[in-house]
Amino acid sequence: MSNNGPKTLFDKIWSDHLVGQRDDGTSLLYIDRHLVHEVTSPQAFEGLNLSNRKVRRPEATFATADHNVPTINRENISDEQSRIQVETLAKNTKEHNIEYFELSDRRQGIVHIIGPEQGITQPGMTMVCGDSHTSTHGAFGALAFGIGTSEVEHVLATQTIVQKPAKNMRIAVNGKLPFGVTSKDLILYIIGQIGTAGGNGHVIEYAGTSLKPLSMESRMTICNMSIEAGARAGLIAPDQITFDYIKGRPYAPSKDHWEKAIEYWSSLPSDQDAFYDNELIINSDEIDPMVTWGTSPEDVVAVSGFVPDPSSGKTENKQKSIQRSLDYMGLKSGTKITDIKLDKIFIGSCTNGRIEDLRNVALIVKDKKISSHISGMIVPGSGLVKKQAEEEGLSKIFIDAGFEWRDAGCSMCLGMNPDQLKPGERCASTSNRNFEGRQGRGGRTHLMSPELAAASAIKGNISDIRDFI
Amino acid sequence: MDKFNNLKGIAAPLPIVNIDTDMIIPKQFLKTIKRTGLGVSLFYEMRYDNDGKLIKDFVLNTSPYDQSKILVAGDNFGCGSSREHAPWSLKDFGIKCVVSTSFADIFYNNCFQNGILPIVVTPEQLDQLMTAASNQTEFHIDLPQQTIKAGNHSFNFEIEEFRKERLLQGLDDIGITLGYQDKISNYEDEKQNQKPWLFKDK
Repeated sequence: MSNNGPKTLFDKIWSDHLVGQRDDGTSLLYIDRHLVHEVTSPQAFEGLNLSNRKVRRPEATFATADHNVPTINRENISDEQSRIQVETLAKNTKEHNIEYFELSDRRQGIVHIIGPEQGITQPGMTMVCGDSHTSTHGAFGALAFGIGTSEVEHVLATQTIVQKPAKNMRIAVNGKLPFGVTSKDLILYIIGQIGTAGGNGHVIEYAGTSLKPLSMESRMTICNMSIEAGARAGLIAPDQITFDYIKGRPYAPSKDHWEKAIEYWSSLPSDQDAFYDNELIINSDEIDPMVTWGTSPEDVVAVSGFVPDPSSGKTENKQKSIQRSLDYMGLKSGTKITDIKLDKIFIGSCTNGRIEDLRNVALIVKDKKISSHISGMIVPGSGLVKKQAEEEGLSKIFIDAGFEWRDAGCSMCLGMNPDQLKPGERCASTSNRNFEGRQGRGGRTHLMSPELAAASAIKGNISDIRDFI
Repeated sequence: MDKFNNLKGIAAPLPIVNIDTDMIIPKQFLKTIKRTGLGVSLFYEMRYDNDGKLIKDFVLNTSPYDQSKILVAGDNFGCGSSREHAPWSLKDFGIKCVVSTSFADIFYNNCFQNGILPIVVTPEQLDQLMTAASNQTEFHIDLPQQTIKAGNHSFNFEIEEFRKERLLQGLDDIGITLGYQDKISNYEDEKQNQKPWLFKDK
């Protein structure tokens, strides 16, 4: 990274947060905002307490419980370990004077939904959380990445993190998103192209004409799944759509500072001729609605396609891996994707649990019933998303269609709470990971957009939204 | 943190690509508020059947691999979530070194926080080491020399100087960083002028 030459968005944020740097490039990076949840923080607070260390900037730290909270009857968490984790977070945040959005607070929700919703997430910031989907916040042009628990403790104690600079990758998506194709399809397509290790060591900046008109919520879906491409973070340059989204939110810059903030944020987009270690250009006109067929997010196929044959793998290892996935998923090569029969539908998660996602689902399921053999669950990303969906009449549409309408949390995205698949059950899911056992031991996950999941709920099979409307 | 210097022992072969952190330690074990005790649940779904009985032919359930300190695994090891429970469970089982062609970034970082050495080798080297592991050849890892040996094979590996130093000395990052408190305070003072909206609290 040169100091004087043209810089990328990542280079700018990085250099503006350097507290110090060693000769080998190892850097001490200042962290502007730290999000904390119940699962990856107890050992960090324990470490602090054992060493008699304090939280350096409690005011820059925000906490909520999301991973293992029930989404129904949540006044009493019956699972003892889950309850202890949530209580431990309440105790730790109180002791260290950290703002905590507790379960009874409307502002509680998935940590990556509520950061943006509260205006905590802003361009040019560094943000971390003990959760890999912290990459979501990159949609605002914030350098945001997941960290382990030891690093959570480090950030609590020092408000910094030890890192080496990442490499720059640029993915330019040009063209229009065809009818029925969403930002979820786009990111699934990209992961299919570069693979789950394709972004290792890189921060991916998404650019191009397709992204320009996208809402912040659609952009968040893209950055959210950067980690599924192996990237440290995803970034999208902030613009007027970003500024308009932030303005007036509770933790947004005050009126006194707004103009100065806009001025700074406007200086962040990458300079012309900035250097990227890797570049990829994608024509979005050619993208179809996508689903996953296997047990890795790179196992994607167009919804109009077929379950692949192991012989399509380029290496022997890849062929073995395809066979292993097919066995786990209970699928035969050559099966038409739309012939795959489903048992469950999960709509929610930090990938697709925002109000726009729910509005799009409502458009599709309005005045219809979900298939008789399907059980479907819609889990809003936050208490405020839930409230808004109820005010807009969306929840009534969902309930009338036969969906369960739940309280906010991570829910069946990772099944740490009671929302899990049973062995062999097949689920259309708007979440981000289709790993073996992710949604429950033996559970089979097909990742897709909320629109496809909604259409699939009505038909009972994986469905192409373009045949549906 | 435990120091890492030299390591000798049998290595367990796990020739699967994209081993994710959900496979290393499934979600139900993330409810703990402790760092220890996770070794028994390492690779839970591959190690135990639906009734919780050991699956006999899984490599870590067979002798001598049930005593392995080293794991040789397929590409992109540790992808997925940021859960440090993954290295905690490896460490608790006794694994102190993982060899692969590539690692997911967060997992790689998390290893160093726990005295585990992740070694990156080429695909050809991995093939040879995987075979050596399958033949129960003794491995010898020398961190000061940055070499990994197994039978007739001997390879050098790369590691960042700072990470190597910390592993060799068993140093804790926080202690080191707290030595720079003045620099951090200076940084905050400077930025408070430039970006006051980030410091409403001060």
